[in-house]
Amino acid sequence: MVELNSLLQGFAVVLTPLNIGLMFVGITLGVLIGVLPGLGGANGVAILLPLTFTMSPTSAIVMLSCIYWGALFGGAITSILFNIPGEPWSVATTFDGYPLAQKGQAGQALTAAFTSSFIGALVAVLMITFLAPMVAKFALRFGAPEFFAVYLLTFCSFVGMGKGSPFKILVSMALGFALAAVGMDTVTGQLRMTFGQAELMRGFDFLIAVIGLFGIGEILLSMEEGLAFSGKAARINPKVVWETWKLLPRFWVTSVRSSLVGIWMGITPGGATPASFMSYGLAKKMSRNGAKFGTGELEGVVAPETAAHAAGTSALLPMLALGIPGSPTAAVLLGGLLIWGLQPGPLLFVEQKDFVWGLIASMYLGNIAGLIVVLTTVPLFASILRIPFSIIAPVIIVICAIGAYTVHSAMLDVWFMLGFGVVGYLFKKLDYPLAPLVLALVLGDKAEDSFRQSMLVSQGDVLIMWSNPLVGSITTLALLLLLWPLISKLVARVRRPKAVDPVLAEQPVD
Amino acid sequence: MSDASPESGAPQPVLARNCSVDAVVAAVLFAVGAVVVVQARALGAGWTSDGPGSGYFPFYIGLILCIASAGILYQAVASKKRDTGAFVDREQFVRVLSVFVPAIFFVVAITFVGIYIASAVYIAVFMVVLGKYPAWKAALIGVLVSAAFFAMFEVWFRVPLYKGTLDPLAFLGY
Repeated sequence: MVELNSLLQGFAVVLTPLNIGLMFVGITLGVLIGVLPGLGGANGVAILLPLTFTMSPTSAIVMLSCIYWGALFGGAITSILFNIPGEPWSVATTFDGYPLAQKGQAGQALTAAFTSSFIGALVAVLMITFLAPMVAKFALRFGAPEFFAVYLLTFCSFVGMGKGSPFKILVSMALGFALAAVGMDTVTGQLRMTFGQAELMRGFDFLIAVIGLFGIGEILLSMEEGLAFSGKAARINPKVVWETWKLLPRFWVTSVRSSLVGIWMGITPGGATPASFMSYGLAKKMSRNGAKFGTGELEGVVAPETAAHAAGTSALLPMLALGIPGSPTAAVLLGGLLIWGLQPGPLLFVEQKDFVWGLIASMYLGNIAGLIVVLTTVPLFASILRIPFSIIAPVIIVICAIGAYTVHSAMLDVWFMLGFGVVGYLFKKLDYPLAPLVLALVLGDKAEDSFRQSMLVSQGDVLIMWSNPLVGSITTLALLLLLWPLISKLVARVRRPKAVDPVLAEQPVD
Repeated sequence: MSDASPESGAPQPVLARNCSVDAVVAAVLFAVGAVVVVQARALGAGWTSDGPGSGYFPFYIGLILCIASAGILYQAVASKKRDTGAFVDREQFVRVLSVFVPAIFFVVAITFVGIYIASAVYIAVFMVVLGKYPAWKAALIGVLVSAAFFAMFEVWFRVPLYKGTLDPLAFLGY
């Protein structure tokens, strides 16, 4: 049980008064971010990242990951009380959460949502604790072709498992890679696509892209809908919490199933949004009360919340063990690691033991802290949404501008942020997924490096991607996923098409 | 995006349809892809003496971008299943612009007077014009928010923010 030993050491690293304080600060900020329109896990962490440059890496990651947990918890508050999903992964929570609130059972719904989030996260963290070191150990033997194959798999699975037009997924991804290529070429030192502009030498920072795409884009979208919040009152007292907790063990099958769905979708870059929908759909199909789903069933809140939180947490596994983030927020955290001078990837487990196990330990503690914070402060956060949009909107745009400026202390970045905001608005409305763009922008240089190294080794022969069984099977799997839209079309032509579940049709392209 | 064809009896004239916006965006993306391909070829998209050139990888990326956006363009223009739903109607478009245009002025203002003053003014004006707040309330909130950011960044975290070319806050000594 080497892992348990390391984990205990991790707890020792994390359990300082400063870190615990930062944990609560992070959770509170995270819930706030999750509740506010226009601020989400990814851009919230991106905006706050520059504030952590002066901290030690462990304290910084504790705070930032807690912001992430907080955002995951916070999304449920607006879904249940206002029928407005604060985050895409809480769309499925509105289906049964809001009807419950209308029936006057908001407290129960919120307790169920938070508790299942917590359980989903806990299962995922347990999985990370034991699986991540194994994956990292395995990946230590990876060479350039293997790494490129894994990158390929990551991006192809967007195409294979994503919702929406495969062309749009490809475009979003290729645009990310193209933007990542702007600036100095890391291998030859040549300037690429800078068009003679010295300011473009630095390239496009993905933090700017994240702030613009998710922050400004989201504000433009919310404004278009002309937001008028009308929320239900939230009253949580210990009695409601206790009564709900007594009910929850009944749904243990749903919890286990949802956790597994979430873990799977989190490790593969499916993400929390598809995970929550898939889990809701499965629960609806398999539960005895399935027919009553959508009218305010507690189980319909448990299923998507467990899966979303499990997926959000397990997205950190590939980031830690392979250096490949499973979600935009994980990508931002990965960017943080690079800035603090840590090289994400399998070597992290060997060279930065304290940091890795500190982070894993903080996942346990952070989620406990999160549960405490959200259960005690819901009315406070619900009241934030009663602040009129005409105050919140400009303040959020100011926050985004400050966040974009602090990344490199460059005014040009603020303009880029506005540009990315327009792109985000258009892409969201036209159902282009944003996650592939962000991930390609983050991983662009590394994917290119591993591609070039592989090509150097093989002198330009693409067959190196099948040079041994390991790399061969990853590459084949990747290509299979890439062609999946075509394959499934052919299959559908042979067999009679099934009716599409109306619930799944509401899933947003994430 | 000018094919506004108001349906009779529709409450709000539709400014653009999904398929036409889709086509325009795809055309722009195709152009971006073409630029990437041309640039990559100029950098050396082939094999140089010491391995793949700088343009090797971007060349293929540009190619994927071109092919995929051509596919979207085809679907948006020629496909029978194209989405003719409303992209945006006039009221929505005005609302979006009412946030976006002031945001542009805000960023212009930052370059001259710095983030703090620009933010205070921006928040206050936004509140008065869009929120119909009394001027004194708006000004108060604008100044308070800005002051809070000042305390947080300059004093607490010691991260200096942009003060503008005119630097009107120089007297504060930060």
